[in-house]
Amino acid sequence: MKPRLRSLIAAAGFAALLIAPAVQAQTTLLNVSYDVTRELYKDINPAFTSWYKAKTGKEVTVNQSHGGSSKQALSVAAGLEADVITMNQSTDIDILVERGGLVAADWRKRFPHDATPYTTYSVFLVRKGNPKGIKDWNDLARPGLSVIVPNPKTSGNGRYTYLAAWGSVIAKGGSEADARDFVTKVFRNVPVLDGGGRGATTTFTQRDLGDVLVTFENEAAQIARELGDGKFDVVYPSITIDASPPVAVVESVVAKRGTAAEAKAYLDFLYADEGQKIIAKHFFRPRSEAVLKANADRFPPIKAFFVEQLLGNWNDVQKKHFADGGVYDQIVVNR
Amino acid sequence: MSAATLFNPTRQTRVLPGFGLSLGYTLVYLSLLVLIPLSAVFLKTATLGWSEFWAVVTAPRVVASYKLSFGASLLAAGINAVFGLMLAWALVRYTFPGKKLIDALVDLPFALPTAVAGIALTALYAGNGWVGSILEPLGLKVAFTPLGVLVALVFIGVPFVVRTVQPILEDLETELEEAAASLGAQRWQTFTKVILPILLPALLTGFALAFARAVGEYGSVIFIAGNIPMVSEITPLMIITKLEQYDYVGATAIATVMLVFSFALLLVINLLQAWSAKRTGRNR
Amino acid sequence: MAAAGVLHGRADARRYENNAATRETPWVKWTLLGISLAFFAMFLLLPLVAVFTEALRKGWVTYLTALSDEDALSAIKLTLITAAIAVPLNLVFGVSAAWCIAKFQFRGKHFLTTLIDLPFSVSPVVAGLIYVLLFGAHGWFGGWLAANDIKIIFAVPGIVLATVFVTFPFVARELIPLMEAQGREEEEAATVLGASGWQTFWRVTLPNIKWGLLYGVILCNARAFGEFGAVSVVSGHIRGQTNTMPLHVEILYNEYNFAAAFAVASLLALLALVTLGLKSFIEWKAGQQSRESE
Repeated sequence: MKPRLRSLIAAAGFAALLIAPAVQAQTTLLNVSYDVTRELYKDINPAFTSWYKAKTGKEVTVNQSHGGSSKQALSVAAGLEADVITMNQSTDIDILVERGGLVAADWRKRFPHDATPYTTYSVFLVRKGNPKGIKDWNDLARPGLSVIVPNPKTSGNGRYTYLAAWGSVIAKGGSEADARDFVTKVFRNVPVLDGGGRGATTTFTQRDLGDVLVTFENEAAQIARELGDGKFDVVYPSITIDASPPVAVVESVVAKRGTAAEAKAYLDFLYADEGQKIIAKHFFRPRSEAVLKANADRFPPIKAFFVEQLLGNWNDVQKKHFADGGVYDQIVVNR
Repeated sequence: MSAATLFNPTRQTRVLPGFGLSLGYTLVYLSLLVLIPLSAVFLKTATLGWSEFWAVVTAPRVVASYKLSFGASLLAAGINAVFGLMLAWALVRYTFPGKKLIDALVDLPFALPTAVAGIALTALYAGNGWVGSILEPLGLKVAFTPLGVLVALVFIGVPFVVRTVQPILEDLETELEEAAASLGAQRWQTFTKVILPILLPALLTGFALAFARAVGEYGSVIFIAGNIPMVSEITPLMIITKLEQYDYVGATAIATVMLVFSFALLLVINLLQAWSAKRTGRNR
Repeated sequence: MAAAGVLHGRADARRYENNAATRETPWVKWTLLGISLAFFAMFLLLPLVAVFTEALRKGWVTYLTALSDEDALSAIKLTLITAAIAVPLNLVFGVSAAWCIAKFQFRGKHFLTTLIDLPFSVSPVVAGLIYVLLFGAHGWFGGWLAANDIKIIFAVPGIVLATVFVTFPFVARELIPLMEAQGREEEEAATVLGASGWQTFWRVTLPNIKWGLLYGVILCNARAFGEFGAVSVVSGHIRGQTNTMPLHVEILYNEYNFAAAFAVASLLALLALVTLGLKSFIEWKAGQQSRESE
């Protein structure tokens, strides 16, 4: 027993040594991202590595972490050393400005289009042939319909859905009270609130639950065209929300790790033609006109509003609707 | 409070060495890994005023989550007490094919990662799953309802009752039952009047352990629960939700409530075990 | 937590079935057996079968590809490393705690035992949270750690710490009742005969508790392999770096890669089965030994 115990301890010590050097062998970037960009960055990262090598001759590997947008932002605030963050909601980057200035206060100005290299929108995914005849937001409030939405408390995707439903009423000239009444009816039809966007998709497609899934266009289109075995259709509502996902460099981390140049190049790559093509391939709408035109069949015209334009400043919206005891809480608690 | 006054050896003189060393090491390790980290929760919570703390932990949604977490856990532990006792009885008293295998598999919920269990249970009990497709036409929805929470909690609690009752049942002298039978007792009377009282402390311990484990469970429940506010949100989810809104203090406030409860429950379990040890005389 | 009594070894059930005083009428027996087996099938067997069915749905090739994927391998490696550090730590602690609790009488013993049990009933979510509070960027030691460039959470040390926390009571819990039941006589005799403390421990105590110890280690190890909630909070979910196997299952599942998710899950289930097999073997061996010694 004695020598065995000793060798066990030795093995443990050896194991601890093993992992230490493996982490720092070459230049790496860590991209901390939200839930439904998994497939996108799986393609972007190797493409960036070869693009960067061709450009500078340097070798960079990109590591990837995914999860609910807010949860990921929180991890970065708590010390997860992300060089770049690619979130789905600007408040999740603003929080990093507030929390000890991890991100520059003017991060929106550092990259084109308010630092959003691609756009996406909240749309509907329905079962093949649209058996329930779901055309627009009004339909979601129909009694007896089952609507799958990720949890607005924990997921940016869910928050966009909630705000899109709210804004659809306001955009048509409705009052705040009308909007609240409508959103209450929609959430009465929600049987499951998954923690993240991908969880909601799985519930809808794999568990056969619900008549309609509200999620980002890229997710819906990917399921309808590629992953869903042709069992689903995308429905575009008459108006929806612009959910352009923002990106930023985490200044404090790149300063410490000496990766500022690589991090900036990585985000630049998202705007470059090659990056934009990969983005379009994954059903995100590229910013490049040329790439958008080349993929016109994937992206039907869509009418959308911005949160700031219709509902006011993001941070105020966040507080009013999603803080504890806010409008969303009142709606779901009393439904 | 120094360790010497709190943990002063009593009664007999010590012949064996190593009391100071082992107690010292135990206390240091315990403090470093458990007590100091846990105290962080309390200190963080203390930054809230009493009234704010009370407001956080008694918010309607949080209260609804206590009701579900504690209610479902209590029910699950009860179900496990009944069926776990039956299973333990069958494993000790009967011969049947596959018994060894079943005996070994009882510990499965213990060794299977909770996330895997959650995914597997959801796949089984959803409307299009093997079990769900049978139950749903009968009007019984399991996955994504409070019933789903119950199923997951029953799953993770199975080993506790079986494993605490089984050894006691094995040690039970057959003479007791023979005596009861020779005095003319019916089998059922023997069970309720002779066997059950002996099993009771172990059964209670198993019940309490299953309960304690179920209240804090997160991984397996979250997939199958549905997470609808006021209906199918469990307390650990409320902690996670607070965390994801950057509300550390709110999260620790709810965590404090859970911690105090866990500690009280465990203290009861340990006293129960001491009491049962005295009763059955297993502890020399 | 399984009580040490399990180690007594299984008696043959036939001695009950052949005794008029301890058997039930056939219909009672078969009803009881039927209900318990149905309960077993519903809650234990079916989930296990479901894992393997889903894993092999797309065939062996997909199954093996999923397991030999680079990220899967690094998740397996990390899980093994974590267990290799956490289990020995808790092993030493468990023996030490059991020694002072089982062999000595002192005030506050129940209190101490309860504290040792505490991690068992603390929600895994809280277990992860406490390390974020301590070592996170805004935590107690966050500033100091950052200044010295030491990474704890969102790195391997944090995962190990969370694992140590959730597996904390297992060995101690297994040993305490066993050592209490064995009493102090043998050790006291050895001491009186002039053996040193360590000699007494290695020569007398350890041989007596080795099966219980192994049993505790196996349970501890099983839990270390499978922990999800606590590790999830401190991991950072970096593919190929801070993903343990249970986290990798979740990632694959979220990547719409169900066959691969269940493949890795089935590997974990397989590990669980091996663990349970080992456990049964230990019980049998321990039972055999206790019969021999009688």
